[in-house]
Amino acid sequence: MKNLIRKLTEVFGPSGLEDEIRRVIKREITGYVSSVKKDPLGNLIAHIKGKGKRIMLAAHMDEIGVVTSFIDKNGFIRFSNVGGFFPIHSLTARILFENGVVGVIGEERRKSMTDPIEMRKLYIDIGAKNRKEAEKLVPVGTFGSYQREFKDLGKRVVAKALDDRIGCAVLVEVIKKLKVKPKFDTYIVFTVQEEVGLKGATTSAFGVDPELAIAVDVTRTGDTPEASKMAVKLGGGAAIKVKDRGIVCSPAIVKKLKNVALKHKIPYQLEILERGTTDATSIQLTKGGVPSGAVSIPSRYIHSSSEMVDINDVEACIKLILKFLKTDFT
Amino acid sequence: MDDLKTLLKKLSEATGVSAMEKDVKDIVKEELAKLKIPFKEDLVGNIVALKKGSRGAGKVMLASHIDEIGLMVTFLDENILRFTTVGGIDERILPGQEVIVYGKRPLKGVIGSIPPHFVSKEKQNKVLSTEELFIDVGLSAKELKRNVETGNFVGLRKNFQELMNERYSGKSLDNRVSVLSLLLLFDELKRINHNWDVYSAFTVQEEITGLGAVSSSYNIQPDVGIAVDVGFGKQSNFPSEYTVELDKGPAIAIGPNLHPGLESSIVQIAKDYEVPYQIVAAPGVTGTDACDIQISRQGIPTILVSIPLLYMHTPCEVVMLKDVKRTARLLSLFISHLSSDMFKGDKYAT
Amino acid sequence: MLLEKLSNLDGASGDEAEVRNFIKGKVKNYVTNIEVDPFGNLICFKKGRKKSPIIIIDAHMDEVGFMITGKRQDGTLTFSKVGGINTSVVIAKTLRIGRKKIRGVVGIKPVHLLEKEERKKVPTLKELYIDVGAKSDKELKDIEIGDFAYFDTDFERLSNNVIKGKAFDDRVGCSLLIDIARKEFNFPLYTVFSTQEEIGLRGARVIGNRINADYAIILEGTGAGDFPSRKENARVPFLGKGPTLTVMDRSMIADRELLEIIINIAKREKISYQLKQPGIGGTDAGRIQVSQRGVKCSVIAVPARYIHSPVSLMNTKDYRDTFKLVMAVLRHLGRGR
Repeated sequence: MKNLIRKLTEVFGPSGLEDEIRRVIKREITGYVSSVKKDPLGNLIAHIKGKGKRIMLAAHMDEIGVVTSFIDKNGFIRFSNVGGFFPIHSLTARILFENGVVGVIGEERRKSMTDPIEMRKLYIDIGAKNRKEAEKLVPVGTFGSYQREFKDLGKRVVAKALDDRIGCAVLVEVIKKLKVKPKFDTYIVFTVQEEVGLKGATTSAFGVDPELAIAVDVTRTGDTPEASKMAVKLGGGAAIKVKDRGIVCSPAIVKKLKNVALKHKIPYQLEILERGTTDATSIQLTKGGVPSGAVSIPSRYIHSSSEMVDINDVEACIKLILKFLKTDFT
Repeated sequence: MDDLKTLLKKLSEATGVSAMEKDVKDIVKEELAKLKIPFKEDLVGNIVALKKGSRGAGKVMLASHIDEIGLMVTFLDENILRFTTVGGIDERILPGQEVIVYGKRPLKGVIGSIPPHFVSKEKQNKVLSTEELFIDVGLSAKELKRNVETGNFVGLRKNFQELMNERYSGKSLDNRVSVLSLLLLFDELKRINHNWDVYSAFTVQEEITGLGAVSSSYNIQPDVGIAVDVGFGKQSNFPSEYTVELDKGPAIAIGPNLHPGLESSIVQIAKDYEVPYQIVAAPGVTGTDACDIQISRQGIPTILVSIPLLYMHTPCEVVMLKDVKRTARLLSLFISHLSSDMFKGDKYAT
Repeated sequence: MLLEKLSNLDGASGDEAEVRNFIKGKVKNYVTNIEVDPFGNLICFKKGRKKSPIIIIDAHMDEVGFMITGKRQDGTLTFSKVGGINTSVVIAKTLRIGRKKIRGVVGIKPVHLLEKEERKKVPTLKELYIDVGAKSDKELKDIEIGDFAYFDTDFERLSNNVIKGKAFDDRVGCSLLIDIARKEFNFPLYTVFSTQEEIGLRGARVIGNRINADYAIILEGTGAGDFPSRKENARVPFLGKGPTLTVMDRSMIADRELLEIIINIAKREKISYQLKQPGIGGTDAGRIQVSQRGVKCSVIAVPARYIHSPVSLMNTKDYRDTFKLVMAVLRHLGRGR
């Protein structure tokens, strides 16, 4: 499991440039599914034939990142955010560009230590001597994302892009471990461009046209010092989403997930996320409406280069989804 | 039909927070059954009723949302509950507000407030955020754990109240008063001949995502859409742009979200039949089901009819039943006159 | 239940008649003498066998409320507060006005139409008005300027021990007093139902001048602090932890001797009690204590959450424990030094 997580998180893939991660995932799941397709936006759609309602499970392949917007005469690069790239997590972090160049994020001089951190005051330093040299390596419009290696802490792991490569890992494992025919006609979609507006989910759901859907993504926790009061904690089990900023999950799906967890003694917790949302939100509003829910992996430090999850929570999510797929749903 | 006041009281006092609309749906289903109008509940929970026209000349879909704004339990904090909002609750109304928590059983409670003795004068003027507020149902921490969990829905609690001049006050009159007008409409349609098939979608989750309007218009594919919602009533002390008056009839909205040909047609009908009506300016998207209906599939000519309502999104909203009756009357007349001439050809550019 | 009826009655500072009449009816068969003074204080005297000690037990009849200050042309009413109320709890509530109890709502501008900064501010009372559904001031004949208005809250039982209603401060004191008045004592006892406590302990200012008391015990409903949002050290008192004793508040320091007697009796009778956080609030004791040559005073209160708002919560076990404690203290004091 940990090797898979390391493999998936260390791949480069900000929103819009998911080719490499899609290839890696495709290699993992080929042979385990009835068919694998790619749609016009780049979503990877795997199909496991089964009788019963058509279900869509979704995890997004893209990570947050940056795109270069301007190079000054000294070779320092200004940039824009791709998705929820928060300045506060980025100071002195390393950025890996699509062509392999690495840079460091620096900040203009601050007048006072307590000044807020603003995107427009940041720049990327690739060590170039001047504009000409920088432009050759990283022209305007080049995409980049955090560069940070995966670390195994024992019960927990730390990596960049656990949002949502951990969701992808969960679904890859579900695919591999599903030995019997599921009670659903199952589509597992690895979506693109979630971080910039749930784009991949919108189009793939239109194509798959499911009767119900479950997204698999990360969620915050309330268990760090002076955190917002939230019921989710690392090690508390699979988080069953009740509500987030964009969706109130179908109560029927929430109830079913709870029952499956209770029946099979899978540790679970109930999640309400005040800030943030997932693919479930756009899938729900597709065509004639799709009852949707989500299974979330609790995570600390989301959208930083050191996100952290608990392996037991990950295993619980995998088990919960597997058992759900094997349970009748009316 | 039950007398309107009784029915409105039932609708207002029932809890139907977005995604938990069952109690209100039960009332609607009961009334539709009494009216002998067939209905179905669709995949996402909308109730869609259909009264066929004499010729099936076209399909008109009315939409009125049955959900209300509410709260949800996020965290059990010792002996009180932390919560978040479901839909656009006006946070100013929360301190001291009675609520009902739908845990293992319905639990009556109140949103706590700190007495003035404990609060400095400067702090008293600031609106407390939901993070600073909490719900108290009078149970101990242990009892709370046994009865309530994260994710439980919470509804606001308010008695329906009669004021002077046949004005009524209560919670969730946005949008129960429109639900009532659609039920009354079906009653009116029994006495008037209409060629078009009339669909009434009692939509879910308008207050949070518009899911009900998106899904029902996609499924029904009507030729004309009519959203029925509430409009800002003219209040004392408040500039009158974008507001309409109580007791002056339904408001027809004009703006990019609404089809000009349909809009001028319904205004003409109101004039011809002398049904009191008002015009209200809607410069952007209206923030109602009309938003989602207009962009369904390849586009649906849509209008918005609003019932004037005071103090929107507070538990003391105020309406007049007369305006409900006028709305149902105008809609029935409009429906009986519907023709595709109203929205084809040059009428788009009116 | 006596407290249920008392909670549902309307009586703000200066408008206590409804409450006074109800209480008079409940105690008249149990007391020697009833007097109503120029302030409206209801002073009931129970003659005892002995001539001393002379003890006052006091509770105030008034609750916080509102007063109609103006009728506008468009039929809306302007109003002000009577007593200390946080404006934030007035918004969107229903009030009942005047003798005829006409219902009106305190509406506000729809949040959708406000600027961002406006949404963060609690409207001031000047910006609020009451809407009774009138279309013009011509329809407001049944309402007068000067009429009082009240939160339209219904008393309810929430669970075995927890009740909800308005005005537990201080109808709980009044209820205890009525229960006490119905008992027999061998010393002169004055059960005093005071007025206008909420606007500055007004009625109490004259009570001490009318009665030469040795002791005065004030029964109150006091603000409980037992919710997690308060800091650890500011949490008291708790619902369910019994009668609350004042060591010091903003109106007085409790008589140490009397306070010790009360605490010792509580311990002896195994009645759980708690101490109120010092320095907060004030009661009639503050005025009675400094009347004439001085009176030894103490305050015993029942904790209630969210006092001075439309909806308070209380634990009935605290009521029973407080009654037990006060009765035991009275018996003890009655036996003399």
